[in-house]
Amino acid sequence: MSGNRLKGELKALEGDNAVAEAMRQINPDVVAAYPITPQTEIVMTFSEFVANGLVDTEFLAVESEHAALSACIGAALAGARALTATCGPGLALMWEMLWIASSWRLPIIMNVVNRAFSSPLNILCSHDDAMGSRDAGWIQLYAESQQEAYDNTLQAVRIAEHPDILLPVMCCLDGFVLGHTLEPVEVLPDEVVKEWAGTYNPCYSLLDIDHPVTYGAADFTDYYFEHKRPQWEAMERAPKVILDIGEEFGKVTGRYYHLVDSYRLDDADVAVVVLGATSGAVRVAVDRLRKNGIKAGMLKLRCFRPFPAQQVVQALQGKKAVAILERVAFFGAEASPVFLEVATAFYLRGVSTKLINYTYGLGGRDTVPGQICGVFQDLIDITQTGKTEPIFRYLGLRDF
Amino acid sequence: MSDRLRGKMPEKGWKELPIRGLIIEPGNSVNYETGSWRALRPIINLEKCPHCMFCWLFCPDGSIIVKNSQVTGVDLRYCKGCGICAVECPRQVITMVEEAEVAKETNVW
Amino acid sequence: MAKDELIEIRWHGRGGQGVVTAAKLLAETAMKEGKYFQALPEYGPERMGAPIRAYTRISSQPIVPHCLVTEPNIVVVIDPTLAKIIDVTEGIAKGGMILINSPLSPAELRSILNYAGEKVGTVDATKVALNTLKRNFPNVPMLGALLKATGVVNKTNLIYIIKYKMGATMSREVVEANIQAFEQGYNECQID
Repeated sequence: MSGNRLKGELKALEGDNAVAEAMRQINPDVVAAYPITPQTEIVMTFSEFVANGLVDTEFLAVESEHAALSACIGAALAGARALTATCGPGLALMWEMLWIASSWRLPIIMNVVNRAFSSPLNILCSHDDAMGSRDAGWIQLYAESQQEAYDNTLQAVRIAEHPDILLPVMCCLDGFVLGHTLEPVEVLPDEVVKEWAGTYNPCYSLLDIDHPVTYGAADFTDYYFEHKRPQWEAMERAPKVILDIGEEFGKVTGRYYHLVDSYRLDDADVAVVVLGATSGAVRVAVDRLRKNGIKAGMLKLRCFRPFPAQQVVQALQGKKAVAILERVAFFGAEASPVFLEVATAFYLRGVSTKLINYTYGLGGRDTVPGQICGVFQDLIDITQTGKTEPIFRYLGLRDF
Repeated sequence: MSDRLRGKMPEKGWKELPIRGLIIEPGNSVNYETGSWRALRPIINLEKCPHCMFCWLFCPDGSIIVKNSQVTGVDLRYCKGCGICAVECPRQVITMVEEAEVAKETNVW
Repeated sequence: MAKDELIEIRWHGRGGQGVVTAAKLLAETAMKEGKYFQALPEYGPERMGAPIRAYTRISSQPIVPHCLVTEPNIVVVIDPTLAKIIDVTEGIAKGGMILINSPLSPAELRSILNYAGEKVGTVDATKVALNTLKRNFPNVPMLGALLKATGVVNKTNLIYIIKYKMGATMSREVVEANIQAFEQGYNECQID
């Protein structure tokens, strides 16, 4: 397979620019966006492409993120392929429209360059934004690198527009950590992406005046429930489609994508579950510990919505202790969202692996391999003492 | 409320419904008799009506019945009793009457 | 430094001095040489004159972590006043080096910084910048010093990248002045 793999051009790109490059190659009908740090470079770079005539896109510089997603929704209803991007507070302002986009089954693609919520004021990375909107009916993919940010955007178009799915897709990349860091990215030839992305054939379009339909009719006690039910159905069908498209993408590029990604996990005794850019530091920590004879492993979630429960359990069952690392400040639950998902998946399948939950890296705080080694040490302690308390822990906090 | 909103539409299960909550049959509002919402009924004094068509033009539901360019009455299956026709009529020959009054007079409830 | 090894560089400077540009120019040169690289700015409140840091990683192997550099092989201090304010030698890896924009000699700086590491390099990059660019952009002269002190990338390739990247947005005179600044930084760097 790798013999046939297509060699793209290596470019030095920041994550934001890698996303903009993917958007240029997809050449969407409509992009409506509002610039906000650290997503700004996506909008800035893409509007340059528009100004230079490199895309045919109708670019709408709107007055807010609520308007950005609203414009994409309108465009998508008219049968257009519509893309946007935002982060943190911008995503929060889109909140109402997030649900409308998914309920109307519109295959909108949105890159979210993860940013913490204020207050205190912060522009750096937490996953508060995307994780906060995890139940809005969007598919969510998380990138570990700039390459994955580029690749996810290309795959998202096919996933979203797949006739079995028709759901919006959120492609997440850690703000600054990926968004503003320069790395080599293999950019596919334009014509390859053109063929990959194909054209979007909407099942209904506002512009199809020969077949007029009514959108957005009121729906109370009579039909609302029945109209929501298919959204679960679409989510249930998504894992297979995401896997198929990840496989097909691999055949084109040599880079195969799955729902989850394991690193030295098969024979591991202790494991860390993580998503996003911190996966790299976890890999380094795993290698260090393996050199010292400690059987450490990693499970990276590429896809968080739909939650790949089966794959997660399959990958982690039999481990002696597992730590789930999360970059969110959410309050009131016993643990953070990924932990709750993993714990539920384990419970429902009768798996009783010991689990602990760390919140880390809030507001852009760096997390280095040495700290992850400390997490693995905690897991080893658990395997020896059997004691998991406290379940919820803070990594990298000045705890005094 | 829901019974009235439901109008004449059959109750379909979720598998039978089009995507997005769309209504894909054009013109199906004919099946939806909004006249049941009405609390005030427009009564047109046809003897004084100049047939200017203002009421026909302004009626949001197309409920003014016109035959051979002459206003002949109101289609009560759809008229919601909004009263726009009465306001717009330049000769003020349309009166809005309480449905309860009409019922009392005609003894039809 | 072995050729396969991961080389990690930390840049110190002030907002507006081209710290991130230097980190990126070096990274792009690494790409020209078929190496893997990262150029990471450390963002805070962005304002002219504030102390900032950036990092460059270069390796012949794919670079896995995306965290910041904590044990740099090389530290480059672009602003001469920073050495007194912050601990610029923090975390320097064994066998590492520090290069500082300063009119002082390496020996003098060693004693000021109380630094016993293997290599110290100095060049008066501010003077070089004012001579050549007529403005205080000491980043490119410090790139010259870096190449004098290490073979982290090839000199000709770096000059090519400076010409190519700066040429995209700047006049020929400015690009030429930058090449001069680079060469002077290279020639005047003292290493001990």
